[in-house]
Amino acid sequence: MALDSKIPKGPIKDKWTDYKNHIDLVNPANKRNIDVIIVGTGLAGGSAAATLAELGYNVKAFCFQDSPRRAHSIAAQGGINAAKNYQGDGDSTYRLFYDTVKGGDYRSREANVYRLAEVSANIIDQCVAQGVPFAREYGGLLDNRSFGGVLVSRTFYAAGQTGQQLLLGAYSAMNRQIGRGKIKMYNRHEMLDVVKVDGKARGIITRNLITGEIERHSAHAVVLGTGGYGNVFFLSTNAMGSNVTAAWKAHKRGAYFANPCYTQIHPTCIPVSGDHQSKLTLMSESLRNDGRIWVPKHMKDVEAIKAGTLKPRELAEEDRDYYLERRYPAFGNLVPRDVASRAAKERCDAGFGVNATGEAVFLDFASAIERYGKETAHVKGLNENDAALVKKLGQEVIKNKYGNLFQMYEKIVDQDPYNTPMMIYPAVHYTMGGVWVDYNLMTTVPGLYCIGEANFSDHGANRLGASALMQGLADGYFVLPYTIGDYLSNDIRTGAIPTDSKEFEDAEKEVRKTLDFFVTNKGQHSVDYFHKKLGKIMWNKVGMSRNVKGLTEAISEIKELRAQFWKEVKVPGTNEEYNEELAKAGRVADFLELGELFAKDALNREESCGGHFREDAVELDGEQKGEAKRDDENFAYVSAWEYKGEPSDAVLHKENLEFKDIELKQRSYK
Amino acid sequence: MNMNLTLKIWRQKNASDKGKMVDYKVTDISPDMSFLEMLDVLNEQLINKDEEPVAFDHDCREGICGMCSLYINGEAHGPDRAVTTCQLHMRMFKDGDTITIEPFRATAFPVVKDLIVDRSSFDRIQHAGGFISVNTSGNTIDANTIPINKHDADTAFEAATCIGCGACVASCKNSSAMLFVGAKVSQFALLPQGKVEATDRVLNMVKQMDEEGFGNCTNTGACEVECPKGISLENIARMNSEYLKASLKG
Amino acid sequence: MSGILNSSIGRKFAMALSALFLMIFLLQHFAINLLSVFSPDAFNDVSHFMGTFWAIQYLLQPVLIFGVIFHFVMGFVLEIKNRKARTISYAKNNGAANSSWMSRNMIYSGLAILAFICLHFYDFWLPEINTKYIQGDMSGLLANGEFRYFEELQHKFVDIWRVALYCIAFIFLALHLLHGFNSAFQSVGANNKYTKGLKGFGKAYAIIIPLGFVFIALFHHFNH
Repeated sequence: MALDSKIPKGPIKDKWTDYKNHIDLVNPANKRNIDVIIVGTGLAGGSAAATLAELGYNVKAFCFQDSPRRAHSIAAQGGINAAKNYQGDGDSTYRLFYDTVKGGDYRSREANVYRLAEVSANIIDQCVAQGVPFAREYGGLLDNRSFGGVLVSRTFYAAGQTGQQLLLGAYSAMNRQIGRGKIKMYNRHEMLDVVKVDGKARGIITRNLITGEIERHSAHAVVLGTGGYGNVFFLSTNAMGSNVTAAWKAHKRGAYFANPCYTQIHPTCIPVSGDHQSKLTLMSESLRNDGRIWVPKHMKDVEAIKAGTLKPRELAEEDRDYYLERRYPAFGNLVPRDVASRAAKERCDAGFGVNATGEAVFLDFASAIERYGKETAHVKGLNENDAALVKKLGQEVIKNKYGNLFQMYEKIVDQDPYNTPMMIYPAVHYTMGGVWVDYNLMTTVPGLYCIGEANFSDHGANRLGASALMQGLADGYFVLPYTIGDYLSNDIRTGAIPTDSKEFEDAEKEVRKTLDFFVTNKGQHSVDYFHKKLGKIMWNKVGMSRNVKGLTEAISEIKELRAQFWKEVKVPGTNEEYNEELAKAGRVADFLELGELFAKDALNREESCGGHFREDAVELDGEQKGEAKRDDENFAYVSAWEYKGEPSDAVLHKENLEFKDIELKQRSYK
Repeated sequence: MNMNLTLKIWRQKNASDKGKMVDYKVTDISPDMSFLEMLDVLNEQLINKDEEPVAFDHDCREGICGMCSLYINGEAHGPDRAVTTCQLHMRMFKDGDTITIEPFRATAFPVVKDLIVDRSSFDRIQHAGGFISVNTSGNTIDANTIPINKHDADTAFEAATCIGCGACVASCKNSSAMLFVGAKVSQFALLPQGKVEATDRVLNMVKQMDEEGFGNCTNTGACEVECPKGISLENIARMNSEYLKASLKG
Repeated sequence: MSGILNSSIGRKFAMALSALFLMIFLLQHFAINLLSVFSPDAFNDVSHFMGTFWAIQYLLQPVLIFGVIFHFVMGFVLEIKNRKARTISYAKNNGAANSSWMSRNMIYSGLAILAFICLHFYDFWLPEINTKYIQGDMSGLLANGEFRYFEELQHKFVDIWRVALYCIAFIFLALHLLHGFNSAFQSVGANNKYTKGLKGFGKAYAIIIPLGFVFIALFHHFNH
């Protein structure tokens, strides 16, 4: 099947408007006869559920958590971008579009990104109307902050809990519709398969996580808003339950999986402390507004710091290497995430890591504290030269801006970041890759949609900070409600989809078969045992820096591990009860397939772009020496993989990316 | 220094089972582990011995999703302050300690299994009025049309940081949900957008709260102390006055 | 407004209003009692006025009795409801970690005060009702032609056991007020710039008034 991205014709700035003017609509009376299933209730799924219900569709929403409010969007900290230009610093729809395409290293689809930038401003209006308490200035207007990879301040925020506030906004919109009976909410339900009838997605099979009951749910369209697959690395900033299962089942039913190797490794996370580690904690990118990243210049100081004989703050300025400021003077500490992460890895690989494991760099707020302290002293008419006073005032400002993050850090690491620099290291955070979708956000399975982080569409090979929230809400509130209507207009006479058809029966049987296997298999290792092993392979060989040898090894190691898993996995308990191990087993089984495809995709892409860095694709000389080298001639395409049984048999389809409105350039942050 | 600990854990097969406390031992626990990572160690141990692992709720493990619960040594989210259980670290305990771990207890939070409780009563309170009735079409006024006093915006934000974990109910000797409900009522009552339907909101949410079987607030203040997000008791006072105003109106 | 007493906040509000009323009454009672320390005559005059003025006897006294009964009945109702909200209790509960003893034991300090009120009625109110409304002697005088109130008061505090019981009761009253005073304001939704100052005042009230009553009781015990 040839990939058709269905991008509307016409100039980029008119595409979305024209598109909306010409789609088929469903009249309100008919919407009542149409059912839509939405899996996942994060920013994308939650906002889509609320909006579709408002429009009049019958929505059934599913989440594996005990309440839609707990979806992992809640953990997003820093903010949400919008081209409002409230600061008058030259921002515009075009500039947000440009920054996003450039930030994504020219591997995203122009039309989708432009639409995203276009609706971004509306998100802020909408959220304020819903009572989302964004940060404000003293004049009562909305405040902005800066994020990496851009030269304007366009990020709206609510302290370090922006994702929480936006998700609670979407949750409240859902609650209104649940109260009205327009959304039927299924908490603690996990989707285990998509059901296709006559080639169209017509329902899902779910497992009730409390009772173990297997249920069939039908609808005229199915929407997946199930988030990313970062947990394939075992350790990531994702929630423990975040998984690829829904997306992977869709893939197995015919949805192409795009760019699995595009993974964002976030530069500012709390370093791993030991083998017991179950997850990693992000420290918001917003900290790079005020924190300066450094390691010691000299190895003897590194060793002294590790040994505890030298306190980091005692090290003289000239003995510190502010390597981001040194390497990228234009953007300094605010380079995009992929660049910042690789730079940290480069220093640590060279032996300059500052903690016991050698995998940590400093994020220091001392100079910001001093700067803010002096400013405040000046405003209040106090003595700017009183060091203790300045420090106290400065710490108050920092506390106001990042208090919750500092507290979080202190609880985890047991060190006071006001008085000693934070230690940070990159960690898996977000996956730009995902289910392939066209301009309508529909997958290659008719009637099956994919929104938010679960799809691949808007961020190319690297996502800019504060853009995930923007994309999730744009898809759910403003894009999908139009595009899905166009599709559903053909279903007004279909009537309810029966669940007693052969297709549903077969799908249910298959789901039961797998579950029965798990609870009866008398293996010797827990699910986590395999998950951790998979994570190690992924991190070491398919992580921040990739090469042919490592990737080839990873592919065969994952394959072996998968075979071992299906022989030796042990799941206690039964299917007919709350059984977390059973739920985990199904998820890890899917990660074990995705992991291999991931490595295969990385092996295929013989260039460095965004989060995908190939050691064999670097600039060899000139000003950019050592930086990633993209290959636009051979790789300006989306890799969309078709499922054929084993991941090794997956067939590659290419969607060529055309850049008409942006000139392809080397991404320089120097 | 790694620790050896005795755990007394509530085990209950399902909602209809009677349940009892069971003792376990864990060894070689690092002080840098989070409390849930310590339970992971226990569960791995149980699985390897072909016993059933202890079921507990958890998800984000960074203190924001509100999924983790647990009543540890007589306190919701354990002895540390301003943290959820997933952020509680083992350095709060000593080698040789006995730690009692129970589910959050309230009639409105029935036990599902072991340490997992059903908090859907919180969702139903939100369905009754925890929203502003605007459609999500985006056809609204520009976000900066109505300036909001920074103090009110900040206070609304602080109320809105509630993660809905239920520690307030678990800690309250009366199992009252007033801090949870008060926080939501306050968030909207403080914002101009929310004032429009403030009357109906508070009446409906309080009605639902009462129907769910939560107890009455007697102002002990335990909820505020145990709240991982430090939601202030002020929010309850604000809800009380909102409720009285609303009752007088109609 | 209808059905407000059926809601949790409504009940809490009613509880607070009755408490505020009782606290005002307590202040008034204290002021009059304090007179007995400084001037037996003044005490007698005021007592006679309180005991015979129709508006007080037929209007305020029933309201007061209703207030007392309402407060403790509602207290029991709330306690029963609250116990129902948690039918399985914790195996280990560390209430002291997050709340004061007073706030967690209002029902017990309240019961102690209720027991005291019974004793107090037996000591003063029942004889008073008997003299005035059963025997019909509204004069307030003893056989010698002097007012009886101060005399009766002093007589009651001769017995050391009664004085001890009174003092213990006042300790419970202080404990009850230490939480109750500010709790009442919180319940009626007080939340403004005066709230903080009010907290200090509440603490002072909760300690000074019961201490004053203790002083009066001891004063009469040692000065009869």
